[in-house]
Amino acid sequence: MTDIATMPQPVSFGRRLKRFMADRPLIPLIILLVILVVILQILRPGIVNERWLANTAKFAIPLAILAGCQTMTMLTGGIDLSVGTVATMSAFIMATQIVNQDPAVAFLLAMLPAVLIGLVNGIGVGVFRVHPLIMTLGTSLIGTGFLQVYQRTVIASGAKIPDFLNWLGTGVTYGFPNALFLFVPVAVLIVFTLNRTGFGRLLYAVGDNEHAARLSGVRYWQVITALYIVSSLLAGITGLLYIGLIKAPSLSLAEPLVLPSVAAAVIGGTSIFGGRGGYMGTIVGALILTVLTTLLTILQMPEGGRRILFGFIVLFVTAAYLRIVEDR
Amino acid sequence: MSRFFRNQGWVAGLLALLIFVFVITKLIQPGYGSGDFGSLARAVLPYAFAVAAQTVVVIAGGIDLSVAAMMALTSVTAASMMNGASEEYALFVIPFVLAMGLVLGALNGVLIVVTRVPDIVVTLATLFVLQGAALLVLGAPGGAAAEWLKASVVGTAPIPGLPDWADAWVPKALVLLVVCLCIVWIPLRRSRLGLSIYAIGSNELAAFRSGVPVARTRIIAYALSGLFGAMGGLSLTISTGIGAPIPGPYLLASVAAVVLGGVALGGGKGGLLGPIIAVFVLRLVRTDLTLLAIDPNVTAIIEGAIMVAVVMFGAFITMRSRPVGATP
Repeated sequence: MTDIATMPQPVSFGRRLKRFMADRPLIPLIILLVILVVILQILRPGIVNERWLANTAKFAIPLAILAGCQTMTMLTGGIDLSVGTVATMSAFIMATQIVNQDPAVAFLLAMLPAVLIGLVNGIGVGVFRVHPLIMTLGTSLIGTGFLQVYQRTVIASGAKIPDFLNWLGTGVTYGFPNALFLFVPVAVLIVFTLNRTGFGRLLYAVGDNEHAARLSGVRYWQVITALYIVSSLLAGITGLLYIGLIKAPSLSLAEPLVLPSVAAAVIGGTSIFGGRGGYMGTIVGALILTVLTTLLTILQMPEGGRRILFGFIVLFVTAAYLRIVEDR
Repeated sequence: MSRFFRNQGWVAGLLALLIFVFVITKLIQPGYGSGDFGSLARAVLPYAFAVAAQTVVVIAGGIDLSVAAMMALTSVTAASMMNGASEEYALFVIPFVLAMGLVLGALNGVLIVVTRVPDIVVTLATLFVLQGAALLVLGAPGGAAAEWLKASVVGTAPIPGLPDWADAWVPKALVLLVVCLCIVWIPLRRSRLGLSIYAIGSNELAAFRSGVPVARTRIIAYALSGLFGAMGGLSLTISTGIGAPIPGPYLLASVAAVVLGGVALGGGKGGLLGPIIAVFVLRLVRTDLTLLAIDPNVTAIIEGAIMVAVVMFGAFITMRSRPVGATP
């Protein structure tokens, strides 16, 4: 695939190629992903093997689900920055409640804050028309506060990671990470919802032209409230998966995933202004970011240098992608 | 006169709120005096500069997620340059760091204009870059600040012709803040450039068609934001005596204060006075909660809840005052 992109070709073919890519925005993304993997293989021959693939998938999946929350909210012109806090809360509550509680009860307790935060986000954005960025940042601040207070009350009982989450987070079956058992249904559900159901169409409609959607009888606040609750629930489930992967409950567990999840959705071609994009691109975006992180790690750069490169690459990829897709 | 109230109503309301919170503070702690006000002004200093940085960009219709990272980078740069250097050397450090902020901010603007990537993504990318650079400059909190600089925010400013009791209520930090902000803001507000910044925030297309150089104005707005960010970074170094490479909680605080200060997130509306008063209100509320001996973790919850409630209330008011049938 890389040969096609790099070989000099007559102009007309180049233009046709560009047109082809603009019509199928997934293809340039996948090419980029392949290029990154090839670079990785050149820098450290033999690194790309079955174990590496499983590991990459394991770390890409939590990011991809959180990026799914961003994709759906961004389709309506919103954003959900509370996903990190919600995921952390679910994970922390699960890990501490499982000590004394039945797993089912612990699970319900872990999902409770997710639903509550989603509901508050939805009401704030949908009914009171607060800017989603502010609303979700605010609720995440409140959530973190609650988590700190909660931590005091359970400090004596300790925490443990339930075996099931361990299995889900790090286990491998026939070379496939078990997290795929969770991710594939979730991804199929998101793609199906966005492309084939009325709710998905409402999200695109609201994001594309809110006024027109309202005039056509869409109940804006109901759509938005449902959306933010779904987004929060997904984030809560991601938290459970992530704690099985990281195995160390802390108060900032999923926080480092928030900004990359936005980046993954943007790289995947979802417009931050709403109305355009999809989940498949986002998945590829999450994979690109994960491979990129590996690449920067094996280059043995200092942490500072890695962050600088990460920032520039996110910017470069987004800019290049916009160039390809927008010149129709 | 009614026009004055319509334009300044929000600021007047905030001022009343500030006075109200002051009265409450005095009721909680009858001994609250000029000394406490001085420490409030010192605590507000970095927040106020962060808010100023955010305000300029938001008025121009953008948003700057890299504010806190910019402050971290400029702060560590200043602290490591002044470490072990002579007192006079600081005279060189300050203009250097301010120029650095201006250039890095302009870089934000140039990237937005050239790449056509949404500003939220560009500043997210530069957030990583600046954070990384800060870690490269100083791996752990350290460095130093010149003694005369540290003294410049402690104590009160003697103003001739003012009785001692009133003079005690004029802390140096407040004077420094007002002077720094006015030097940049007042000439800007009265110039053609300031008008252009409001114009591109209000309606970019209309501004372009009226002959406003949109790209140049946007770059300048971000450069000014960088300048304010550098002032914030310097004030951090000055008031703590060291530089810390990890960004503080200034991003969320700056956005919240901007909204609370009556600057519309869509751009084109509001001024600098509102957000600055809003910062004082938010910090003073925090002081009150500390004085009430409330657990600092609960304080975070209350603070977040206040921010969210205020923002919801503000959005509600704007919604009600909007003419019927207008596009939201």
